[in-house]
Amino acid sequence: MLLIDCPHCGPRAELEFSYGHEAHIERPKDPDALSDSDWAAYLFLRENPKGVILERWVHSHGCRRWFNVARDTVSYEILAVYPMGAEPPKLEQARYV
Amino acid sequence: MAQTTAETSPQAQSPAPAARQPFRLRDGGRVDRSRLVSFRFDERELTGHPGDTLASALLANGVHLVGRSFKYHRPRGIVSAGAEEPNALVQVGRDPRTEPNIRATQLELFDGLSVSSQNRWPNLEFDVGGVNNLLSRFLPAGFYYKTFMWPAAAWETYEKAIRQAAGLGVSPSKRDPDAYDKTFAHCDLLVVGAGPTGLSAALTAARAGARVILAEQDFLLGGDLLSDRSAAIDGRPALEWLAEAEAELRSLDNVRILTRTICFAAFDHNFFGLHERVSDHLPFAERGDGRPRHRLWKLRTRQAIFATGAIERPLVFRDNDRPGIMLASAARSYLNRWGVMAGSNAVVFTGNESGYATALDLHQAGVRVAAVVDLRAEAEGPLSEEAKAAGLRILAGHAVIGTEGDKRVKKVRVGRLGSDGASIWGGGEEIACDLLVNSAGWSPTVHLHCQAKGSLVWDEAHACFLPDKAMQKGQATVGAAAGAFGLASCLAGGEAAGRAAAEALGLAPRAPARRLEAEDRDFLPMRQLYCVPSDKPLGQGGKHFIDQQNDVTAADLLLALREGYRSIEHVKRYTTTGMGTDQGKLGNVNAIGVVAEHLKLPLPEVGVTTFRAPYTPVSFGAFAGRDVDALLDPVRTTPMHSWHERNGALFEDVGQWRRAWYYPKEGEDLRRAVSREVKATRDSLGILDATTLGKIEIVGPDAAELLNRVYTNAWSKLEVGRCRYGLMLKEDGMVMDDGVTSRLDETRFLMTTTTGNAASVLAHLEEWLQTEWPELKVYLTSVTEQFATMTLSGPNARRLLGELCDLDLSNEAFPHMSWQPGRVAGVPARIFRISFTGELSYEINVPAGQGLYVWQTLFRHGEKYGITPYGTEAMHVLRAEKGFIIVGQETDGSVTPLDLSMDWIVSKKKDFIGRRSLSRTDIQKPDRAQLVGLLTQDPALVLPEGGALVETMREETPVPMLGHVTSSYWSPNCGRSIALALVKGGRGRLGKTVICALDGGKTAPCTVVEPLFFDKEGERLRG
Repeated sequence: MLLIDCPHCGPRAELEFSYGHEAHIERPKDPDALSDSDWAAYLFLRENPKGVILERWVHSHGCRRWFNVARDTVSYEILAVYPMGAEPPKLEQARYV
Repeated sequence: MAQTTAETSPQAQSPAPAARQPFRLRDGGRVDRSRLVSFRFDERELTGHPGDTLASALLANGVHLVGRSFKYHRPRGIVSAGAEEPNALVQVGRDPRTEPNIRATQLELFDGLSVSSQNRWPNLEFDVGGVNNLLSRFLPAGFYYKTFMWPAAAWETYEKAIRQAAGLGVSPSKRDPDAYDKTFAHCDLLVVGAGPTGLSAALTAARAGARVILAEQDFLLGGDLLSDRSAAIDGRPALEWLAEAEAELRSLDNVRILTRTICFAAFDHNFFGLHERVSDHLPFAERGDGRPRHRLWKLRTRQAIFATGAIERPLVFRDNDRPGIMLASAARSYLNRWGVMAGSNAVVFTGNESGYATALDLHQAGVRVAAVVDLRAEAEGPLSEEAKAAGLRILAGHAVIGTEGDKRVKKVRVGRLGSDGASIWGGGEEIACDLLVNSAGWSPTVHLHCQAKGSLVWDEAHACFLPDKAMQKGQATVGAAAGAFGLASCLAGGEAAGRAAAEALGLAPRAPARRLEAEDRDFLPMRQLYCVPSDKPLGQGGKHFIDQQNDVTAADLLLALREGYRSIEHVKRYTTTGMGTDQGKLGNVNAIGVVAEHLKLPLPEVGVTTFRAPYTPVSFGAFAGRDVDALLDPVRTTPMHSWHERNGALFEDVGQWRRAWYYPKEGEDLRRAVSREVKATRDSLGILDATTLGKIEIVGPDAAELLNRVYTNAWSKLEVGRCRYGLMLKEDGMVMDDGVTSRLDETRFLMTTTTGNAASVLAHLEEWLQTEWPELKVYLTSVTEQFATMTLSGPNARRLLGELCDLDLSNEAFPHMSWQPGRVAGVPARIFRISFTGELSYEINVPAGQGLYVWQTLFRHGEKYGITPYGTEAMHVLRAEKGFIIVGQETDGSVTPLDLSMDWIVSKKKDFIGRRSLSRTDIQKPDRAQLVGLLTQDPALVLPEGGALVETMREETPVPMLGHVTSSYWSPNCGRSIALALVKGGRGRLGKTVICALDGGKTAPCTVVEPLFFDKEGERLRG
């Protein structure tokens, strides 16, 4: 069970949070301008890297606030927690063969 | 009945308090000989002493045969003295407290303990299933896969018989009467294992001020020190150091010692699962008193040290599974810790120095050591030299090539081993014995390190896997678990790890005055053979067991390889090696070795199978804890719940809510009660407790804009005091929720959601607000529980409400789809004129605390109208008559508003969540499942909900599905059955016939109609 450092409540156990999948996927400003396949890509296609992933979490059984997390999908180490809307921090990508 | 009679015991001439335990030494060990503990094993009453395990007590009584094996029903004995035990699994206690597959080697003896052996019928000595052993050549690896595949339909028949024959013990027949607990814990340092390494680590860190939890699976601290009579630390017996270390740890406030506690799992971020057996060791009369049986510890620590030791690896030789054949270290533990001789005439079979330690201890204790059979060409090493000096007979360069004895080993055959390690020279010598101990080497217990995704490295010299890099921060594996097998190394390694942990915690550990003095003896030199050859080819004339619990032999592994399996994970699953309750603690490395040799691959290339939690089995009770019965899940009830109960309501669970389902009167069944409630509502007046509908207050200058974005229809122009129905989609265009939202004032709306979706709709809105539209000035607050909601419905609703409130309720002053604040029975209320029944309806919201009062007042005044409470079932019928959908019943996450013919509510002028998806090509297809009404040709027949719909019935299968029935009821107002259904291209089938498949091959033809059955013009609603 991950230990997630909620920016508002401090480090809390994963079971208080809900997962929000990949971060920084912006809703298209003009959905009609997108082809069906581009719209489907926005809806369904997500990265699944072996290494650092930027993802969203919400402290659903706490302050109910959303925030971003940079997490290594191999070690599960949380490398950064940063607010919604902020640019992701510069991180050295962990290398895995 | 006993395998060994007292006459053969060397202790027979010394009757002491332990007179009935012929194999107990007169002194030594950690048992209290001044007290006897009585226990029962099958039909036998036996005694042991406090400090015994079941295994040590059985051996003290000369009992070796303790069970029958899983597949071949071969007689089996005690192999180990710990968690790795594959054979000595017993059924403990009586129904319903009975528990199967308990390791006798870890079961603490207590007065009144009653156990039975497993997997035998009619009894352990004579077991009918033993015939499987004779048939074993017909039961190869993958037997079930190969034999029971055809015909496929017969599997259900086979399965019953196979399940009957499978499994070792029996489950309780009734619910568990014991209590269990769960707890969270946090510490600076978790030390797993309280052998010399763990004690040294815990002491070092604790002295520096770290908050330490020391977890030990045993009931005593000390680990291997308890089994080693010659160990010395600082020139004194090691047990003295142990006593001092324990005393110091127990004196420190910052240390918690958990004995009888196995750390069974390492999860992410230094989170661990520990299973504490709190009262299993107590006589039944002393249990209870508020203490749980087991406790689950959910522990988060900053640092973790795995001082989990190592497990001796058995040699794989022909017929290595007879009772009386055990690990060398186990025989040594029984001798030194429990004062029990595991036999009187021993043969030691070893490929390393460990076997000699046991040989010497046995010899010294008076057990005859008939021979030490050593795989190594020369018996070299400090203990070998001692053995030579003691005059023991050593057969170097030899191997045990076979054993004999049915319920106890009687003799071994020994042959000269070829230098290649693969052949045997000569027919061999027979040596009589009643105990055969063996040692192939040691396997570090790397489970926690590996569960935490740490990597392993192969140590060729010791022939074992060692922890390499830990994946997670703050974890270290030390001592024998890290390949430091000598006592001095363990003490030093523990000290260093404890110091490193303390430093990582920001503490300043004191330097020790000096290192503890101890011997640092390894078990090298060794000769490793994964499969000891015999004088016959493998698989002929006997069995080389790799996994004794699952009866997997070396020949089975080779068969799997011949059949083309290569990955060790596949070989494991095909042969089931390592898949028993012991998870292959003894057999796995041998299995990998056999596979590697056969494939001519370096062993690390074959690799290990995945280490998964739990390390040893954990009771279901511990996971459940107190969260059973009423505490399993919260039950939410409305302020009027007590009224519903008093008035005979039956309830249904909707999410966590307990809602009144229907209110049967004397002699009424569901259909008659619901028909009465439905009829009364349409004819005069019904009342529904609608409190459970989700209510979200949406406040802020951008509240209307938020609604515009999340609902399919437009909200900006909704006037204060008006209500509007809204449909909410997910971004994929599928219907997610619906409900009525009312404008309370310019910047304040009250949204209602379906009962089951209240939390998820709130979360959905919050997600979009916070992550995509932070610029919107809106707050969301759940107010579901702040209000009690009751719906008056029916032609007399206005009359009754008029008596209890002073508002003008006329159509002009208070039209359909509007709301007004007022007082009802003197209580401040919000009154919404909205309808889910198609009748004139008022939804009255009052503060929750006054709900029951208002409800009862409505009943008092409503008597003259025959006011009738109706439950969820009648509500479903009423709305179905009007063709109103229920999200989650008519929809299932794959239904769009277009499929529901709800285009009228989908705005063309603005964007909203899910809009773009509705124009995708697939969503526009005319043959999508669409909502329609169904009328059975037989009006009395009520279709089953979920019933499959087809166009025509035909012989050949599959028959193409058209859709399914989503709602189906008897409608008293229509005088017939009605149904809603999702049907492919349903809108184009109006007036046509579809067929619903019924049970028993029957069918029901139905006419497709508009999904509206009653008051098609909607006059009643506005009346």
